[in-house]
Amino acid sequence: MKKNLICVSCPLGCPIEVEIENGEILSVTGNTCKRGDKYARDELTNPVRSLTTTVKLIGGTLPVVPVKSSKPVPKDKMFQCMKLINEASINASVKIGDVVIKDILGSGADIVVTNNDNGK
Amino acid sequence: MLNYDLVVVGGGPAGMAAALQAKEEGVEKIVILERAETLGGILEQCIHTGFGLHYFGEELSGPEYAGRFIAEVEKTDIDVYTDTMVLDVSKDNVVTAVNNRDGLIQIKAIAVVLAMGCRERPRGALSIAGSRPAGVMTAGTAQKYVNIDGYMPGKKVVILGSGDIGLIMARRMTLEGAEVKVVCELMPYSGGLKRNIVQCLDDFGIPLRLSCTVIATHGKERLEGVTIANVDENLKPIPGTEQYIECDTLLLSVGLIPENELSNGVGIELDRVTGGPVVDEYRETLHKGIFACGNVLQVHDLVDYVTEESKIAGKGAANYIFGKKQDGTFINTKGVNGVRYIVPQRVNIENEEDVKLYFRVGQVYKGAKVVVECDGNILSSKKKVMLAPGEMENVKITPEMLKNMNKNSEITVRIEE
Repeated sequence: MKKNLICVSCPLGCPIEVEIENGEILSVTGNTCKRGDKYARDELTNPVRSLTTTVKLIGGTLPVVPVKSSKPVPKDKMFQCMKLINEASINASVKIGDVVIKDILGSGADIVVTNNDNGK
Repeated sequence: MLNYDLVVVGGGPAGMAAALQAKEEGVEKIVILERAETLGGILEQCIHTGFGLHYFGEELSGPEYAGRFIAEVEKTDIDVYTDTMVLDVSKDNVVTAVNNRDGLIQIKAIAVVLAMGCRERPRGALSIAGSRPAGVMTAGTAQKYVNIDGYMPGKKVVILGSGDIGLIMARRMTLEGAEVKVVCELMPYSGGLKRNIVQCLDDFGIPLRLSCTVIATHGKERLEGVTIANVDENLKPIPGTEQYIECDTLLLSVGLIPENELSNGVGIELDRVTGGPVVDEYRETLHKGIFACGNVLQVHDLVDYVTEESKIAGKGAANYIFGKKQDGTFINTKGVNGVRYIVPQRVNIENEEDVKLYFRVGQVYKGAKVVVECDGNILSSKKKVMLAPGEMENVKITPEMLKNMNKNSEITVRIEE
């Protein structure tokens, strides 16, 4: 099976073709540097993404406060993470780094606050 | 009338960096005037990460990046007026502002830093047929609704323009449950960063249609759909390619315009290409004692460069306040052969520090050379793997190079394929 990717390691954006057989990577072609090779292998074995969104803030000057995952989470779990975050809430006041959800979906990433709100 | 050494108009990343740098240089009385309720500027609603890779060496969200500067400002004796709108800057550097606590305020300043940022090109600037239903807004407006006010402006979305804000909002709306049907881009290439196309569109299977635009909106009270069409090489819609797409929201991400009403009021000369003031290497405008930095000067793609530029302006303002600003001999810089513009537009050849010339190219180049020339001499020539309109580039001019120039010299930067 062949899979096509665009490398995002630098602005060049090389089109990469990866050949996979039974979950094993046979070849990576199209990349112009070794960063492209690493990107393609990571992307096909364990694609992860940083997740940023907002969480409901109770008693804050604003109704929501921005949050991020403390490290990238598996790409296919993004929507499950969103569901949990949208069900959660936090009480003001909050500051950058406060943890809203610890170890979300067992990914090892915490959902942490990324702005300060001292409340009303 | 109040008296300050330095008045900074705008408390976003540019204004804060300029004020902090001026403070570090020893300027005593500094005030930042900010229109919004808090410092931070547009970064407050840019909750995605990717800020600070160059400046801090780590990936921060917008509020985190701003937060670091807000904390620094709070540690100093820099005065901050929030909720305060500057109405006018006069020719003798008197700043008139208004807020609901003090009423009308007049401040006499020795130097002024303009850091008002930019705004999005609105619907009115595009020729899209149709009435004016609810649901048509700029991507930045939608970003404020979702990230600050906490509500979703729509469920079925079409995005016109593939600038970074549009791409970021495609992902944001998708994560919050909306269906983003298509992103249309008038040009044959996207103006957004590659990684945003991959991580904001490809990840979610959102199609990006190049050489395509929205030609009509449908619906009276609320948007019900749009008609899109392919465009030819002259960017004109091609008859027969029209396609109706049902949607309740149209987001516009079609360019940013420096907000220079105050600069115009003082009569400061603007650059026709950047839309910002013409400045020298310390970001001083052609009006003595008035400096400009950040997106009001030129639209940046990275806030890290805004910080860098604003520190230069802060230093320049400090030098001016301390009377260190020499008159010098100024020569012009000029972008030719693919280089759309250069900031700064003029350079003092008596300057004894390195000067970085920032520029943008007009199209995508692979493996082309950036050549800097003055009076027939090649000052530098460097091959670049890739040059794109969406990414700001820079070249360095050293004091040694400047020493060989005279008042009639002109520095040109060009692309050689």
